[in-house]
Amino acid sequence: MPKVIENVGCPYCGCSCDDVRVTVSDDGKKVLEVENVCAIGTEIFKHGSSDHRIRSPRLRQPDGSMKDITYDEAIEWVAQHLYKAKKPLMYGFGSTNCEGQAAAARVMETAGGMLDNCATICHGPSFLAIFDNGYPTCTLGEVKNRADVIVYWGSNPAHAHPRHMSRYSIFPRGFFTGKGQKKRTIIVIDPRYTDTANVADYHLQIKQGHDYELFDAFRMVVIGHGKDLPDEVAGIKKEKILEVAEIMANARFGTTFFGMGLTHSDGRNHNIDIAISLTRDLNKVAKWTIMAMRGHYNIAGPGVVWSWTFGFPYCLDLTKKDHAHMNPGETSSVDMAMRDEVDMFINIGTDAGAHFPIPAVKQLKKHPWVTIDPSINMASEISDLHIPVCICGVDVGGIVYRMDNVPIQFRKVIDNQGLLDDETLLNRIADRLDELNAQGA
Amino acid sequence: MTGKKLNMITQRAVEEGIAMEIGKTSREYFDACNIIEMNELDMKELGIMKNTNVRVTSESGQVIVKAVVARQTVYPGLCHIRQGVWANQVVPPRTQSTGAPQYSGFPVTVEPAPNEKLKTALQLVQGAVGLWKGE
Repeated sequence: MPKVIENVGCPYCGCSCDDVRVTVSDDGKKVLEVENVCAIGTEIFKHGSSDHRIRSPRLRQPDGSMKDITYDEAIEWVAQHLYKAKKPLMYGFGSTNCEGQAAAARVMETAGGMLDNCATICHGPSFLAIFDNGYPTCTLGEVKNRADVIVYWGSNPAHAHPRHMSRYSIFPRGFFTGKGQKKRTIIVIDPRYTDTANVADYHLQIKQGHDYELFDAFRMVVIGHGKDLPDEVAGIKKEKILEVAEIMANARFGTTFFGMGLTHSDGRNHNIDIAISLTRDLNKVAKWTIMAMRGHYNIAGPGVVWSWTFGFPYCLDLTKKDHAHMNPGETSSVDMAMRDEVDMFINIGTDAGAHFPIPAVKQLKKHPWVTIDPSINMASEISDLHIPVCICGVDVGGIVYRMDNVPIQFRKVIDNQGLLDDETLLNRIADRLDELNAQGA
Repeated sequence: MTGKKLNMITQRAVEEGIAMEIGKTSREYFDACNIIEMNELDMKELGIMKNTNVRVTSESGQVIVKAVVARQTVYPGLCHIRQGVWANQVVPPRTQSTGAPQYSGFPVTVEPAPNEKLKTALQLVQGAVGLWKGE
């Protein structure tokens, strides 16, 4: 009899949907059906029980081909290389549970290396702004139950967070929002006419890279200098700015969701900084909150886990072991790669091969490259060693942090069939490193 | 050769997300990510026919992609390649000291290249690091 498992977590985007229903086969090895999940999540569960999954570590041979090796051999290879490396970098964790992230912290502290997560190329600038200016945020439950004005700024959830609008922001009927979309005003600020803009009440087609000016204009209106605005700011007419600012100021409960449009453009952290300042100004006349649209289901996790371990969420320099240090620009992965500062690279639960600018990939590839990831991807196909692991939410459970920093327990739905999970693998590498350090001492 | 400076952004698309989970070496990923979305006016000005290949050159590299008019439209002067292997051939690695590369808002030149072939993801990435064994 196929078994139905309820309330399963989906390991894709920052929505971390935890209402998925998964039907698995008799022997617990195959996913037969998934419900309540977006098109992307469906592919993850399908991939999880695919016959094409790599189930054994692979080591690159001198002729360029890959040869299957055992987990023991792979662990020894990684530990030996980490022991020799002066400044190894472990980067990734977009798709790793918190238990794995804690074990990774142990590995890099023991090895004395650099530890970074995908936020470094994603919401890292948001962290910088949050350190400087605070984070007046809320949970997604509050958005669903209270929010009557929603702003998506530089963010396209219709594509990047497919269930965000239906589960939390635009469409759901909540405790104080019983009429759902009918009583909500949606404002999308984006240089493209995105599919999200298509369902919005207002689309402000901002000139790309000019977000700071538009935030500044909204701040002027909110603090009472609207009449002094120029006729046009960042490609948006004054009348439109005044109209939208009026809606924001009259919100019962408003939320600004911001995405990569702000953090990847000129200004970086300054765009977020002023978004937070606007939220503070709006709170003098209304109730407003702000939230980063985190990209992966547990990319908030390393920020939380490493903050309580070392005091910093990303870009960690652990080369002095128990004395942690963080300084993006100096200790961030892409910057270190471009200066060719690291002498070993471990790519875990992400794909730097596909998602780093190619000059950074070329620099990192000068040194030993290990990929720890369930899938064949660009990083695995250029690495010296590829170690496959379980997929969190499919063949291993664990704690994950949703984009609003709410922890959720993910479930295991199918048998791991001999695959190691990140936590076990990393702890075994750390154990071996401890032995090597003890022998060397 | 005609070329024009455009402003490039590279962001996520649901097609890219689905294809990525199917696999980065899949046909789906190839089809989802090796396109540049442009405004029709720019295409006309540059003499680019819809669904033909173009060469995109930035300060840090170049790539051949297919020019399309997207449903999610861009205004004239702006263009978009979905995030992924093809986009990252041209994304500048400069980070303004934040760690985040210039994924959005960098100048590129786009010119018609109808006779150039699209490369696969593996060809581009393995080729960049000297591991590509194919043609």
